[in-house]
Amino acid sequence: MKTFSYAKADDAETAVRDAHVSGAKYIAGGTNLLDLMKLQVETPEKLVDISRLPLGEIEEREDGGLTIGALVPNSDLAADPRVIAKYEVLSRALLAGASGQLRNKATTGGNLLQRTRCYYFYDTSTACNKREPGSGCSAIGGFNRVLAVLGTSEHCIATHPGDMPVAMRALDATIITLKADGDKRRIPIGDFYRLPGDTPQIETVLEAGELITHVELPAPPKGKQVYVKVRDRASYAFALVSIAGVVEVADGKIASAALAFGGLGPMPWRNPAVEAALVGQAPSDAVFAAAADALLADAKGYGSNDFKIPLARRVLIATLRDLTGE
Amino acid sequence: MFGFGKGDTNSLTMNKAHPESLLDSSAQDVIGKPIDRIDGPKKVSGKATYAAEYALDNVAYGYLVRATVGAGKITKLDAETAKAMPGVIDVITDYATFLRNPQQGGETEAPTQGVEQVAYYGEIIAIVVAESYEAARDAALRLHVDYAPSEGRYDFQTHRNEAEKPSPQQIPPYHEQGDIEEGMKQAQHRIDVTYTTPSQNSAAMEPHASLAVWEDGALTLYGAYQMPASDKQQLAKSLGVSADKVRIVAAYVGGGFGSKLGIAPESVAAAIAAKRLGRPVKAVMARQQVFDATVRRSNTEQRMRLGADADGKLIAIGHETITSNLPGEDYFEPAGMATHFLYDGENRLITHDIVRLDWTLSGSMRAPGEAVGLIALEGAIDELAEEIGIDPIELRRRNEPEQDPEKKVPYSSRMLIPCLERGAERFGWAKRKPAGTDRRGDWLYGIGVASAARSNQLQKSAAKVSIDGQGKAHVETDMTDIGTGTYTILGQITAEILGLPIEDVIVHLGDTDAPPGAGSGGSWGAGSSGSSVYLACEALRGQIAKAMGVDEPSMTLKDGRVIADNRSVPLAELVGDGMEATGEIAPGRQEKTFNQASYGAHFAEVAVNVVTGEVRVKRMLGVFTAGRILNEKTARSQCLGGMTFGIGSALTEELVHDPRNGKVVNRDLGEYHVPVNADVPQLEVEFLHERDIQANPLHAKGLGEVGICGAAAAVGNAIYNATGVRVRDYPLTLDKLLDGLPVV
Repeated sequence: MKTFSYAKADDAETAVRDAHVSGAKYIAGGTNLLDLMKLQVETPEKLVDISRLPLGEIEEREDGGLTIGALVPNSDLAADPRVIAKYEVLSRALLAGASGQLRNKATTGGNLLQRTRCYYFYDTSTACNKREPGSGCSAIGGFNRVLAVLGTSEHCIATHPGDMPVAMRALDATIITLKADGDKRRIPIGDFYRLPGDTPQIETVLEAGELITHVELPAPPKGKQVYVKVRDRASYAFALVSIAGVVEVADGKIASAALAFGGLGPMPWRNPAVEAALVGQAPSDAVFAAAADALLADAKGYGSNDFKIPLARRVLIATLRDLTGE
Repeated sequence: MFGFGKGDTNSLTMNKAHPESLLDSSAQDVIGKPIDRIDGPKKVSGKATYAAEYALDNVAYGYLVRATVGAGKITKLDAETAKAMPGVIDVITDYATFLRNPQQGGETEAPTQGVEQVAYYGEIIAIVVAESYEAARDAALRLHVDYAPSEGRYDFQTHRNEAEKPSPQQIPPYHEQGDIEEGMKQAQHRIDVTYTTPSQNSAAMEPHASLAVWEDGALTLYGAYQMPASDKQQLAKSLGVSADKVRIVAAYVGGGFGSKLGIAPESVAAAIAAKRLGRPVKAVMARQQVFDATVRRSNTEQRMRLGADADGKLIAIGHETITSNLPGEDYFEPAGMATHFLYDGENRLITHDIVRLDWTLSGSMRAPGEAVGLIALEGAIDELAEEIGIDPIELRRRNEPEQDPEKKVPYSSRMLIPCLERGAERFGWAKRKPAGTDRRGDWLYGIGVASAARSNQLQKSAAKVSIDGQGKAHVETDMTDIGTGTYTILGQITAEILGLPIEDVIVHLGDTDAPPGAGSGGSWGAGSSGSSVYLACEALRGQIAKAMGVDEPSMTLKDGRVIADNRSVPLAELVGDGMEATGEIAPGRQEKTFNQASYGAHFAEVAVNVVTGEVRVKRMLGVFTAGRILNEKTARSQCLGGMTFGIGSALTEELVHDPRNGKVVNRDLGEYHVPVNADVPQLEVEFLHERDIQANPLHAKGLGEVGICGAAAAVGNAIYNATGVRVRDYPLTLDKLLDGLPVV
């Protein structure tokens, strides 16, 4: 851990101005950032502690949706009766992540920004374009069991490790931010993350100092919701493949479908072609297979993660059966 | 008053059977009882002091520096920049003296030294010392080191054909008997398969830690070590000082599993730094460094050949293992260890070869040999039963030997078949269905069985027991308790023989100023150290009888009182200015004239998800025999831990080496997957009554490792029974099962 300076933020406006000028990182739960700082994967000059800002509430809006403060702990969000009743996929995704202790500390805003668990990103002795742009990617040609098969580039094959953001992607969440100039910004989650391309160190569209203050969920979706997570041990492991699914069946046909995937790509993955293959169709194995084809058409394995491609296909088909079954 | 033989030494070499045990004739009735650990309250209240926790004045904090090439020579180490950082005291290295790698257990020589020529990625090459841990870590992580890299050997598959025969050593690497080829030819049923197991790490909860203090040319090292008596000699030789100038204190050790048998690099680094700076230096390994630079269990490739006649009697057993280790290191993973004696069969071939790789040292990890060897042997036995079409327990019954099939000596005690039969009854084995036929929703269910076996060993061990004026007993030995329950069982043995409440026995462990004990390893701790305590107490009984003026056999000791001759006298009134005796046990002819081992049977039920290939262990049962059980609770805990290890071996644990530089890739507990609570279902453990009069005066055999032996194979065999898919490359992760599962 490099020496850093620390400021406690009393209000969001001051925090964003401070961070914009100083290049500080925000810290709330610190469940990911502190680990990375100890390893010197992250070496911020300054931390702005936002944990005391009044962003810890979950509020219902008139349109039926929820506004979630960025500091709401994962545990609280998972246990909120409105979330359990109307956004089951989100509650289940949260509970599939980390451990009870970590969920008590981890926050909604911070969890959106959790960094990859690529083995090489964590080891500063190895080349990693995400950690040290231009140094190369050790995961390509190395061990890459947990890494991505969709959306990769020759510069980076890291996965986004989260569960909560996958559910939020399926729920079409909107991320509300406060920018350094005091403006608020509404960013649909589909626009929030960036593909690695040749700048894998830039993971989101957030600008310097821009602070996530809230996440908005639209009114609850119709249909059945599930979160399926496949992993290497029964708990406390990152997803090999996960699926957040919301599917409505009406009159024997799929009326709507929202499917987001974890463990496969550098961001919570969603592909309109998957849903297009489903909507308007009567549920059948052939239709599900077509959806899987659409998802995996451009999938590329890197050796030890090749199995994710057939695994994702199997899990998607089984999940769709579950979502469209009685 | 005289001391009545104070200072007696009671020695015993196990050259003949020891049919009588004071543990049977004594009256306190505490031996075997499932009493709580006597050190438990200290541990849960933070009062048990571990190596890194000694609060000494003026401690400087060390952080170890690792090599970041797989092979090459260090050409420059930029100490000056680091030394200029705030709080940094010094950057210290001594290329010739620093340990290249840890030493193996029980060795009295120094480990391989010399780090300038880097032998593996992660080798410890220097230590940064600062006024705070954080400052030392910061400087160490930013230290710039230049290397002249050289070619290395990093990939097992690439070099497997260059495997070499190990040098002759304590465990013979080769055994050939009869003619395996001819036996296989004659066999009606044949299995010829290859199993592989990966490198593993013990991942003990407490990382390796040393706190070194020099005073008047003598070193005290507070360390996290399993065998202080030999560790002390290793450390002295590494540092070039005489052994009487080195004291090791390891009063509490947070798990070892073999990784702390010999000294590791942090000890010598701390000792050198402390000497140079003239102040105490603490060096605690980061978790990642434990993975990089301590001890791994070797990966193995094991060819198993079994040939049986029409009735299922084995006539050929072949177990050929290829392991890996660093150049110059003798240790090989003795995967064929239990194959030597578990089943009958005249034509036998058991071999071990080593591939030299520039990987982290391989050495002992819980049940070295059997833990991975029984994956192959017990998997192949399951395959043979399937091939013949008989029940796997029946196959084992038909191959139960009357004597050791190689050494042609009797078993001291052996209850393998009763363990299998009792387990079968309790587990519901009779309900097992044909492979791949028990589907419930998206899950396939199956059950599996495997034998457990682990050689029993006795090691030279000494202990001193004294009784003070209050009638309390004090046990002193440098034996360790690495979480196994040693404090408690030594207390129970003493309490039983001296007739004391357990509260009146105070046990002091892990200090080399005390008599040298066996240390914790190879499941020998309880039998060896326990016997030394037994012998000391036996001598004390003589002293007490003399003080009472009665014959020793006519005397009963109970609840702190001496009862004989129609008198009942408080022990405290007889001890005068104190009594003490030393006990010494040594192995003898009994381990050559008898085959001694602990046995058991593992049963596992698993469910395999037909969509994902995920495996969930639903329940497990282990039935074990290990002679006398000294404490049913700590014994059960040992077996639970072993079975949990087995689940990890079967399903999740794999230390991955990057084939480009040998680097350990998954070097933290997030990515090196030990089982978590959700992976471990209700585990049941049962002990069958047994006494072993050839083993030691306690009639107890080793128990710390038999719980892992065969556990993974039972899970693997259950997966086969569930799915009909036989995967032989461990761990059995879901990707390996997918191809064999039904189309979704």
